[in-house]
Amino acid sequence: MSNRTFVLACLTPLLIFSLAFLALPLVRLFLASGEGDAGWAVYLDILRKPRYLNTLVLTVLVSLATTFAALAVSTTAGMFLLRNQFRGRGILLSVLTLPLAFPGVVIGFLIILLGGRQGLVNQLTPGHVVFAYSVVGLFLGYLYFSIPRVLLTVMAAAEKLDPALEEAARTMGASPFRVVIDVIIPGLMPSLIASGAIAFATAMGAFGTAFTLATDIDVIPMVIYTEFTLSANIAMAAALSIVLGLVTWVLLLIARSLSGATVAAGG
Amino acid sequence: MFRSKAKILQLAVTLLACAFLLVPTILSVMAGLTVNYFQGISSGLTLKWIYQVWELYADSIFLSIRLALACLVVTLIIGLPAAYGLARHPGWLSRLLEEFISLPLAVPGLALALALLQLYGSMKGFRASWTFILVGHVLYTLPFMVRSILAVLAAMDLKTLEEGAASLGATPWQRFRDIVVPNAMPGILAGSLTVVTLSLGEFNLTWMLHTPYLKTLPVGLADSYASMRLEIASAYTLVFFIIIVPLLMAMQWASARAQRIAK
Repeated sequence: MSNRTFVLACLTPLLIFSLAFLALPLVRLFLASGEGDAGWAVYLDILRKPRYLNTLVLTVLVSLATTFAALAVSTTAGMFLLRNQFRGRGILLSVLTLPLAFPGVVIGFLIILLGGRQGLVNQLTPGHVVFAYSVVGLFLGYLYFSIPRVLLTVMAAAEKLDPALEEAARTMGASPFRVVIDVIIPGLMPSLIASGAIAFATAMGAFGTAFTLATDIDVIPMVIYTEFTLSANIAMAAALSIVLGLVTWVLLLIARSLSGATVAAGG
Repeated sequence: MFRSKAKILQLAVTLLACAFLLVPTILSVMAGLTVNYFQGISSGLTLKWIYQVWELYADSIFLSIRLALACLVVTLIIGLPAAYGLARHPGWLSRLLEEFISLPLAVPGLALALALLQLYGSMKGFRASWTFILVGHVLYTLPFMVRSILAVLAAMDLKTLEEGAASLGATPWQRFRDIVVPNAMPGILAGSLTVVTLSLGEFNLTWMLHTPYLKTLPVGLADSYASMRLEIASAYTLVFFIIIVPLLMAMQWASARAQRIAK
C-alpha cells in the first residue's frame, strides 16, 4: 500500500462518520425548517411573532448579563491568583475550576439548593425569598457555568502579560484603578473578547440549566424543546436551532481566532 | 501582603466567587447524607439515600459507564487514524475537515439532537437502541480526541521520523504502529480522559435521544430533580460527583502534560 492510500484510508472512518451523522443530519434539519406551513418565511416569523422575538431578546439579555458578570468576576479572581503567592492559592484555583465537569442540569440543581423553596437563602432570611426559578436563578446558573471557563482563558492570557508594565505605570504614579484601565485590560483585550464570546455562546445555547430552572421562562433552548415535543411545530424548532447554531458557531469562531484556546463547552 | 485596598477588594471578589461555586456543592453533599434536610444536620447522618439511589438508578449508572467506554473505543478507532491523516497532510482541506468535525463544540447539543432525530428518527430499530445515544456522544466527543492527538503529532517532526523508518523498510502500517502511536500517547491519554468525562456528563444531546428504557446517569439526575425528594436528588448528585471529580482531575493533569509535550 502506498503512502497516499494509507493516509487516505486513515481519514476514511472520520469522513464516513461525519458525513452520515453530522453533514446529512444538518442538511435534513435545514430542509425541515422550510417544510412547515409558513415555508421559508418561518425565519421571518422568528422576528415577526412576539412570542419568538421576546424569547430572542430575553435570551440575548440574560446571556449578555452573564457574559459581563463572568468577565468581571473571573478577570478579578484570575489576576489576583496569578499575581499573588499565598497559602491556599492552589485550593482556591481548584475550587474555581472544578465545576468545569458539572453538566448544566447539575448546576441548575445547585442553584435550587441556593434559591429554591428549601434553599439556603430562604432558610437564612426572614420572609419568602425564592429566586431559583426566576430570571435571576437562570442568570446565576449561567454565571456558575461560565466562571471556570472564562477564568481559565483569561489566566492563560494573563500569564503572558509583562508585570513590568504594571510596575512602570505604578512608579509613574498611576492609581490601581488606572493601572487596570490603561494597562491590564488593553493587554488582556483579545482574551477578554474571546472568553466573553465563549460565555455568551454557551449561555445562549445552555439547555441543561434552563431545563431545570426555566420551567416558566422562555429562553431559546426551552422554546426549541417545547416547540418540538409539545407543539410538534418541527419547522419552527428546526429554524430556531439553525439560527441558534449559526450564532454560537460564529461567536466561537471569533473567540478562537482571537485566543486560539478552546474550552470545552460541555453540557 | 494584602495591604492595599485594591488587593483586599480583589481577595473579596475571589473568595466570593469561590463561595458561590463551593457552598451549593457542599449543601448538595450534606443534603444527600442527612436524614431530613429540612430539619438540618441535627436530624442525623445516614447512607440510606445513597442506598436508595443505588436501588433506583444503578441501571442508569451502568448504562452511562458502558456508553462512555463504547464512546472511548469508537472515538479511538475513528480519531487516532484521522489525527494521523490530518497531521501528515496539513493544508486547507485538512483545516476545513478539522473545522467541520469541530462543529459539535459550537452548535448546541439540542440542535444536533434535533438534526439526528429528523434524519434517523423514523428508523425504529436504530432510534430505540443504545447505539443511537452512542452516535450522539461520539459526535460530541470526537473533536476533543482528534484535536488532543493532533496537537501532539503536529509538534513533532513526523515526516523525518517516518522517512527514516521507511528507508529502513518499514511499511506504512508498521510506521503507524511503531512510531506514530507511541509518540502520540500523551495526546491519546488526554483525549481518552476527556472523552470519558464528557460522555459521562453529557445531557443536552442525550435528553433528546434517550428512550424511557435507556436513561443515562445525567438523564436520571434530571429525572430525580423533577420527581424525587431533595435528599435522594442530592445523594444521586453526590454519586455523580464521586465518579466525575477524580476523572476531571486526571483529565486536567493529562491535558497539561500533553500541552507541555506539544510545546
